[in-house]
Amino acid sequence: MTWVADVVHGILLGGFYALLASGLALMFGVMRIINLAHGSLALIGAYMALLLTEHLHISTYLALAPVLPGALIAGYLLQRTMLERSLRAGQLVPLLTTFGLLIVIANLLQQFFSPDVHSLDAGRIGPASWHVSSTLSIPWFDVLTLGIAFSVLGGLHLVLRLTQLGRELRATAEDPDTAELVGVNARAVYARATAIAVAIAALAGVFYGMRSAFDPNSGANELLYAFEAVVIGGIGSLWGTLVGGIVLGVSQEIGAHVNQEYFALGGHVVFLAVLVARSASSAPRIRYALRRFA
Amino acid sequence: MSALLRVEELDVRHGLLQAVRQASFDVVEGETLALVGANGAGKSTLLRAIAGAHRPAGGRVVFDGEDITAMPAHRRVKAGIALVPEGRRLFPELTVEENLRVASASRRGGPWTVGEVLEAFPLLQPLRRKRAASLSGGEQQATAIGRALMTNPRLLLLDEVSLGLAPIVVEGVYHSLRGLIEAGTTIVLVEQDLARAMGIADRVACMLEGRIVLEGARGELTREQVTDAYFGLRRQEASA
Repeated sequence: MTWVADVVHGILLGGFYALLASGLALMFGVMRIINLAHGSLALIGAYMALLLTEHLHISTYLALAPVLPGALIAGYLLQRTMLERSLRAGQLVPLLTTFGLLIVIANLLQQFFSPDVHSLDAGRIGPASWHVSSTLSIPWFDVLTLGIAFSVLGGLHLVLRLTQLGRELRATAEDPDTAELVGVNARAVYARATAIAVAIAALAGVFYGMRSAFDPNSGANELLYAFEAVVIGGIGSLWGTLVGGIVLGVSQEIGAHVNQEYFALGGHVVFLAVLVARSASSAPRIRYALRRFA
Repeated sequence: MSALLRVEELDVRHGLLQAVRQASFDVVEGETLALVGANGAGKSTLLRAIAGAHRPAGGRVVFDGEDITAMPAHRRVKAGIALVPEGRRLFPELTVEENLRVASASRRGGPWTVGEVLEAFPLLQPLRRKRAASLSGGEQQATAIGRALMTNPRLLLLDEVSLGLAPIVVEGVYHSLRGLIEAGTTIVLVEQDLARAMGIADRVACMLEGRIVLEGARGELTREQVTDAYFGLRRQEASA
């Protein structure tokens, strides 16, 4: 029965990873940018929510109302001022730019918020859970997180399939030069993609802050899990990201079941196994991605 | 009549290679100009420079009285220039209908809608939900032309629309082009097939090694003159 509990908890944890990873997958899918600062941008979202809850005494959920539009704007400006320029210089430069951003953000957060550990209040839903049996209890907050991840991915899917912005995003992802020739402003489309990705990152960051304590250096750790979810899920595919997140979550829980210290290791092992299997088989997507960075 | 498109002493380079040298010509509204010339003569590059896909090294492109030399491609589409690129360049993972709809990004009003394009190219009607990658060459070409029309262009640039297509398919493509020309669309087209180019265009310009070496109305030029210019047998000065 405890194995069942591990799998259920793993699936729920996977929802959080999918939420964290979907912005990363979106940016990679549209622009082939591996955003190393993704976890740090999520963390900024958490710190902004912290500021609002501490000074205005509002609930964390209410704090999302200003944080998410702020993140949209920040993402747009990030693309227009930094990433756009680095993209023009080739595939490797955005990687370096976002790596630099990761360090700058960690230091700035340390400067303004001290290296202390903080956490966000999850409200009444935080500690509540549904006791299915003596060994299995399902925390409501984790169910909410999975539900939000599902809605975000579903919403993105609908936007990509059914709206003009979605068609422009997909066309630009496939061939930016030709997209320009049919009247699509590719740079503006890129900026909108980054804006959406950063807003989702901020959302994930706020949920991260509610589920565990964070400090200015948490960004890199979270990035690693998000990155693993994206790779397991098939790099740049949206629903694959949900599957990847769940596989990662379940592997971690099973790892922890074997030995408490093997939590992260369980995920890493599956991640490496998937990476090896993919590059050995003829899965074209990852080959393509690797070739572009080779 | 003033020119819709005026190209003035345009120089375009691919790195060190100068692909277009001092090209100048005018196209008036409603006219069809064919650019002919051997492979590597600079026809496609010239067309891409007009569409904004390639920045010229010198000279000017003037569209409807406005200097558009520094304008990015998507804004030229908004101004009314559409290019059907060589090799079709459809978005392979998008459906036929999505390929058409992407091109409404410029939000230029006009007669062309998805319905109109499907009416003009009936072969696309049953394919509208199929991925562009799964289409045959002729179907892709029809989609590419339809996609350009979706921007409701005042000037349509066609780059080698018959390349790689079966003769009967080419016939179909040219049949639809005649319809566009009769409707008054201004067209600049690049065509390898001399007979076809001279059959459809009001004027023919022949390029050789990046220069326009011969230009004239269809009736003024003989096939021999164009052939000579095509192969550079007798170099003639470009006549305005």
